[in-house]
Amino acid sequence: MSLAPATDRQRRPSVPADARRRARKKAQWRRRMTVLAFMSPWLVGFTAFFAYPLVSTVYLSFTHYDLLSPSRWIGLANYEYLFSEDKQIWPAVYNTLWLVAILVPLKVMFAFGVALMLTRARRGIGFFRTVFYLPALAPPVAATLGFVYLLNPATGPVNGALGLIGIEGPLWFNDPGWSKPALSLLLLWGVGNTMIIFLAALIDVPKQLYESAELDGAGALRRLRWVTLPAISPVILFSVVIGTIEALQLFTQAFVASTIAAGSASSAGDPSNDLGYPEDSTLFYPVLLFQQGFRFFNMGYAAAMAVLLFVVSFAITLVIVRNSRRWVHYAGGGT
Amino acid sequence: MRRTTTALAAALFLAVGVGACGGTGDDDNSDKAAGAPAAKTGKLEPADLTLWVGFSAPRELRVFKGAVKEFEKLNPGVTVHVVGGISDDKLIAASRGGKTPDVAQSFSADNSGAFCGSGAWIDLKPYMERDGISDEIFPPAPRSYTQFDGTRCALPMLADTFGLYYNEDMLKKAGLDGPPKTASELTEYAKKLTVKNPDGSLKVVGFNPVMGWYTNTPASMGPMFGGTWVDDSGKSSLGSDPAWAKFLTWQKDLIDFYGYDNLVKFQAGLGDEYSASNAFEKERLAMHLDGEWRTAFIADEAPDLNYGTAPLPVDDDNRDLYGGGYTTGNIAGIPKRAEHKDQAWALLKFLTTDDRAMVMLSNGLRNVPTTESSAKSPDLKPDPKFETFVKIFSSDKTTTTPVTAAGSAYQELFNGFVNKWQAGRVDDLQAGLDDIDKQIDAQLANVEGGQDVP
Repeated sequence: MSLAPATDRQRRPSVPADARRRARKKAQWRRRMTVLAFMSPWLVGFTAFFAYPLVSTVYLSFTHYDLLSPSRWIGLANYEYLFSEDKQIWPAVYNTLWLVAILVPLKVMFAFGVALMLTRARRGIGFFRTVFYLPALAPPVAATLGFVYLLNPATGPVNGALGLIGIEGPLWFNDPGWSKPALSLLLLWGVGNTMIIFLAALIDVPKQLYESAELDGAGALRRLRWVTLPAISPVILFSVVIGTIEALQLFTQAFVASTIAAGSASSAGDPSNDLGYPEDSTLFYPVLLFQQGFRFFNMGYAAAMAVLLFVVSFAITLVIVRNSRRWVHYAGGGT
Repeated sequence: MRRTTTALAAALFLAVGVGACGGTGDDDNSDKAAGAPAAKTGKLEPADLTLWVGFSAPRELRVFKGAVKEFEKLNPGVTVHVVGGISDDKLIAASRGGKTPDVAQSFSADNSGAFCGSGAWIDLKPYMERDGISDEIFPPAPRSYTQFDGTRCALPMLADTFGLYYNEDMLKKAGLDGPPKTASELTEYAKKLTVKNPDGSLKVVGFNPVMGWYTNTPASMGPMFGGTWVDDSGKSSLGSDPAWAKFLTWQKDLIDFYGYDNLVKFQAGLGDEYSASNAFEKERLAMHLDGEWRTAFIADEAPDLNYGTAPLPVDDDNRDLYGGGYTTGNIAGIPKRAEHKDQAWALLKFLTTDDRAMVMLSNGLRNVPTTESSAKSPDLKPDPKFETFVKIFSSDKTTTTPVTAAGSAYQELFNGFVNKWQAGRVDDLQAGLDDIDKQIDAQLANVEGGQDVP
């Protein structure tokens, strides 16, 4: 009685065991290939547009590369020049950090404030949402040209209006003390994307939380502090991280504003390169990087600058994300 | 860990931008003078050539095409396709891997260092020797800005020269006779010709010496005091040549007469340089530094303006400099991967060394012709205001800026310093100039350093 199963048991591991293992391996292999095939568009994109440029950037940072001839190995010379000899780096770093320290909090607070007001609107909410979002759709170059025109110290309507009430307006984009605040105004005006995200988060805050807080006697400010802010804290984190990255990358607006405000046009042979005008106050790190790489045929050095930017932005983002554990609350209970 | 990864991912996006622009370039350009010239024959093999030029206005392109048509008539079977609006960025991108034209023209003589030093444009010496063309046919300045480190990869194709434009009516009204010839006269004239509005703002500025505005740059104005850019050892000499400190002191004194902020505000209210609202054309400036091309703009946009042209005034203690000025210009060459080099050379030679072509281009574009013989050609359209610039160009006192491997980087560093100086934010001029010299030398050392990757 018991022989038959025993025979079965003995028979099963003999030949089919190998076959099964092979079959299992084959199935596993096929499954992996299927996964790979599905992942291949991403893998190709990642390799061609992400991994390769990243590795190249790091490699090029140890070379002199003029875009036209083969790169020359120069070891750490670019980094030595960057840290000890290039005096334009530090104003550029300062300008960029100014944006991170001043503009990012302003943008987050402004977007949050506008979104909060929009949640309170009783009538025409659709209209106001559209009006506040519209500037985000303006192309950056056109928006910058518009602001340079509006803030023109001689003919601009802003200084004209200030003059009517007896205030002599500043030189805005023509004054090193005012050029960054002028740029900040432009960037705050176009804060629509962040505002929409805040608006969605604010609408999502559970009503019952407000009701319980109200029953407990919490006023409007307390409700904002202890209900609204914790509930939307993941969105605040997101806005801070994205805002920081945008600030570290600011280029177009600074490029256009400085060139137009300087009032010179490119002519034959004239370098007419007004990047950073006035007095390097809008010379942000990416602007200097562009100038070195594409104007001064110094792409190896620009690559070294990019590596430093990568390290710094990694560090800043890491600090923000680590620090966020203390103040970001996720609805699922995670931190 | 997940947060570290998030931060890393966010930061990665920043780094990728530059890397995407990277690559190690064309690896086969060890042979800088790729392609030796074929033996000279009477007739060119038929070919379809492409000529890239920076000019983009329809009028300018028509002029170019007219000159090219002459070439085609002389060389049956060779056709030339002219493409306008080409920037140096496009030239560089094409040199890195795209399809290059047979002949390329660039507006920026500052980039000769990159084109010649890298071998992106071929060395023209073998062709010039074969055809018995000496570079002595060009005055010293254009001869200098078309080569780098002993490689002549470009030829000058029309030049720009800078001089003084002055409003005859305003000078007459102020009782001033003829243009100023020295810096002190320029200051005196500028003060007399300045008119203020009732509120104290500037209505007409006698002469605006603010750098970075319109065509005012240390390069275009520096020759007034004869400042040199490099010393005999090739080091930056902005601090060691006293002419620069003297020039900047004179410039700042005149700025202080107006008040820097007042001038900035005045500038902000002026029209665009290359428009019919140009400040000199609108009579908001009594005297003005500008290039020879302005004569054509005025003829077109403000034909009733009563004005004159003259060389820029010079240092009172160095009056011998009078008559010279700054010149720079267009350069043209043959990209290394040009398909039809022999025919390309014939076209380049025609456009840059043939007096008929030069005169045709100069008359049409109102830029200065670049060979010494064409500058004296009786066929040049007569115009005394334009002739001033031809004379400045031919003067042995006229200078240009040095060509370096880093393009105009040294000028940018200096411009940045001058911007601070003129705004009154530099306490010690000499120390500042010495520091800029150090920065320029360090920058060039960084660009020129290193060895080829084995």
